[in-house]
Amino acid sequence: MDLNALFECLGSMSCIVTQTSTGLIVGALLFLVAAGLTLIFGVLGVINFAHGSFYMLGAYVALSAYRITDNYALAAVAAGLGVGLFALVFERFFMRRVYKSDVLLQLLVCYAFILILDDVVKIVWGAEFQSMGMPKAFQQAPLFIGGGVVPVFYVYLMAAAGLIAGLLWFILTRTRAGKIIRAAAQNPGMTSALGLNTRLIYASVFAFGGLLAGLAGGLAAPVRSMSPGMGFSILIESFIVTVIGGMGSVSGALLGALLIGLIRSFGSIGFPLFVEGIMFLAMGLILVYKPSGLMGKGQS
Amino acid sequence: MHDAIVGGAYAAQVAKEKNLKRWMTVSPDYAYGRDTTAEFMEYLKLFNPSIEIVGDVWPKLFQADYTEAITRLLQGKPQAIYSALWGGDLTSFIDQAGIYGLFNEREFFAVNMADYAVLTAVKNVPRGLHSGNRYLKSFPNTPANTNWSNAYQARFKDLPLNWAWQNAAAVQFLTSAMKKTNSADGKKMAAALRGMSIDSPFGSNGKLTMRAEDNTLVDYAVGWGSLEPKEPFMSKPSPGNWKQITELEVQWKKRKSYT
Repeated sequence: MDLNALFECLGSMSCIVTQTSTGLIVGALLFLVAAGLTLIFGVLGVINFAHGSFYMLGAYVALSAYRITDNYALAAVAAGLGVGLFALVFERFFMRRVYKSDVLLQLLVCYAFILILDDVVKIVWGAEFQSMGMPKAFQQAPLFIGGGVVPVFYVYLMAAAGLIAGLLWFILTRTRAGKIIRAAAQNPGMTSALGLNTRLIYASVFAFGGLLAGLAGGLAAPVRSMSPGMGFSILIESFIVTVIGGMGSVSGALLGALLIGLIRSFGSIGFPLFVEGIMFLAMGLILVYKPSGLMGKGQS
Repeated sequence: MHDAIVGGAYAAQVAKEKNLKRWMTVSPDYAYGRDTTAEFMEYLKLFNPSIEIVGDVWPKLFQADYTEAITRLLQGKPQAIYSALWGGDLTSFIDQAGIYGLFNEREFFAVNMADYAVLTAVKNVPRGLHSGNRYLKSFPNTPANTNWSNAYQARFKDLPLNWAWQNAAAVQFLTSAMKKTNSADGKKMAAALRGMSIDSPFGSNGKLTMRAEDNTLVDYAVGWGSLEPKEPFMSKPSPGNWKQITELEVQWKKRKSYT
């Protein structure tokens, strides 16, 4: 424990700027992955344990797309669309069959795909780790804001995450599609009775959740070395985020992700050896005092 | 252990030349990272008592996001950083630290950097990076080593890594023992291997020795140097001094009561 360092940091503008931006950066990427996870749970009621593997797939698709086109934006879009398409197929042929089954069977199907996708990555891209490298446009000196350091690449990354968060909010609360999704989440039977195709809604939401995970993988690709199995740790952190924020709540995912980001950035200064511990402690406290999560509605 | 002595001596020299007093470390938080870092810093301080360790950062093994580790290093304002990160972790770290400008006006000593897997994955090896050789075609700079590396690449369509030379050396020892004893009997071969010296591309002087007293490989080519982004990657390696390594290793074994 190093409380002196923490207080010293809180007393210096440059440290506050750097560490706060660090928290936002860590949180932004976590949010993108957790948003898809929580969206799928909120509407379909299933936990997509293969979500981390979607993220991994997105990173690898982006790597290949980047090598072909040499265009990072295009690579990230290709990652989102590619994984979205894969998620659609996965839902249509596998997940759909276990919606009404025991959660253990759902877990088994997803776990099988974690293993299968890891092997697919090994076959297609090789077992050795790979790296995309920073695109030329972002190879520049970091920005200095109030004495704090913020890399240019992360400014764009945070902007992209913010844009996606805003778009999600808009779709879910201001459009007809959003209304239908929320209706299907609350009462699928009634939604179906009103003549809406719930199967189509489920498939679209699952594909969209996959798209978000793929996009996150693609966006993060320049600063991640890729290896089979890289989806696992992000899956665990996304779970912490969704539990803290409230399973099924997209705004909760945003709040949870930023909270985890800030715990990581300031915790690494004040409690360098107990950062993970604080993350789980926060999750434990929330489970005790507000079991439905910060933004979760009391589950029946 | 051998590497900590060679690296410590090299880094102490660079620290003297460039007047690097403030040091920090960033290594993976498990036994290898902890031990390697402690040994390196121990010998660095032995060879250059004026240096000061102002902080240490321990990211998790296989951590994907090093942002908070990097910003903590920036807050500590070290003049030099040591790291025992390796492979994909080291690659991610370098990529992420690069956009923070962590390597600007700062020396970075990474024991596992001069490894073709990392050197080819990091697209822009920044300046001011120093490393020990894992395996390099150019070190030792002898026809035997160059030929071996070329043959490996022709055969496997891939660059040789640390494991490649180590296993090749092991097979060279085993086949030499078989020839010497004219048998594949384990006990006879073990007796022949004790203290054996063989000609090898990986020797510091063209020879490798299996030290008799503790069956440890010695006299292999070990060196540190500053890195460049292109082959030969380390154009001016400082080779380790095996006399010095052996002396310090004897003291170390005594301290650890391994003798």
